[in-house]
Amino acid sequence: MIHYALMFGFTAVSLALLFNLIRLVRGPSLMDRVLAVDTMVINAIALIILFGIQQRTTIVFEAALLFAMFGFISTVAYCRFILRGDVIE
Amino acid sequence: MDFVFELIVSALIVFGGLFALVGSFGLLKLPDLLTRLHAPTKATTLGVGGALGASMVYFAAFEGSLTIHEVLITAFLFLTAPISAHFIAKAHLHEHAELREDLPPTGRPQGWSTFDGLPVADEDDEAGDDKRAAHH
Repeated sequence: MIHYALMFGFTAVSLALLFNLIRLVRGPSLMDRVLAVDTMVINAIALIILFGIQQRTTIVFEAALLFAMFGFISTVAYCRFILRGDVIE
Repeated sequence: MDFVFELIVSALIVFGGLFALVGSFGLLKLPDLLTRLHAPTKATTLGVGGALGASMVYFAAFEGSLTIHEVLITAFLFLTAPISAHFIAKAHLHEHAELREDLPPTGRPQGWSTFDGLPVADEDDEAGDDKRAAHH
């Protein structure tokens, strides 16, 4: 049963990543693209976690944690650059 | 008992996948950025939370190793999602000056903090008073 649920999860998250990619290419403004990349990072974390369940290994959690941190920091740094014209003042 | 855990893990995976899909569909479908911001920051975060919960139950029940990495990732994501959404909304308002005209008045001497900066007018007045007192 977990196998079928995993297949569904992989399909759903991959489709979500495809939607984000379309928004990243089409996005009319700059902030749309930043939001699309931020959502892509979160979906990539979900994909990594599902891969960990499928392979029965806990070694991928560090990768997921690093993705979470760098996704947040890059989003905030980009928004700060737009707001202030500088990342670190 | 194994069947119950399998059921819980499968339900959480399906829940997480559905919410991730709904969030990204909203990102694609909604009309402008400030409404588009709702879908990924709420639904997608809940979706990844479902996947992390499934992973935690799976490794605790079937591999016999309870890990706290998932709790760490979930807490980090749930804490940072509102902050990044707030920053994106602020940067969007910063880029589009015409959105400022729709804002209601604040009812205070200073305007909205996103546009007017910190209220430092009082200190300037005091400094001016001091200068005037020194002059007299």
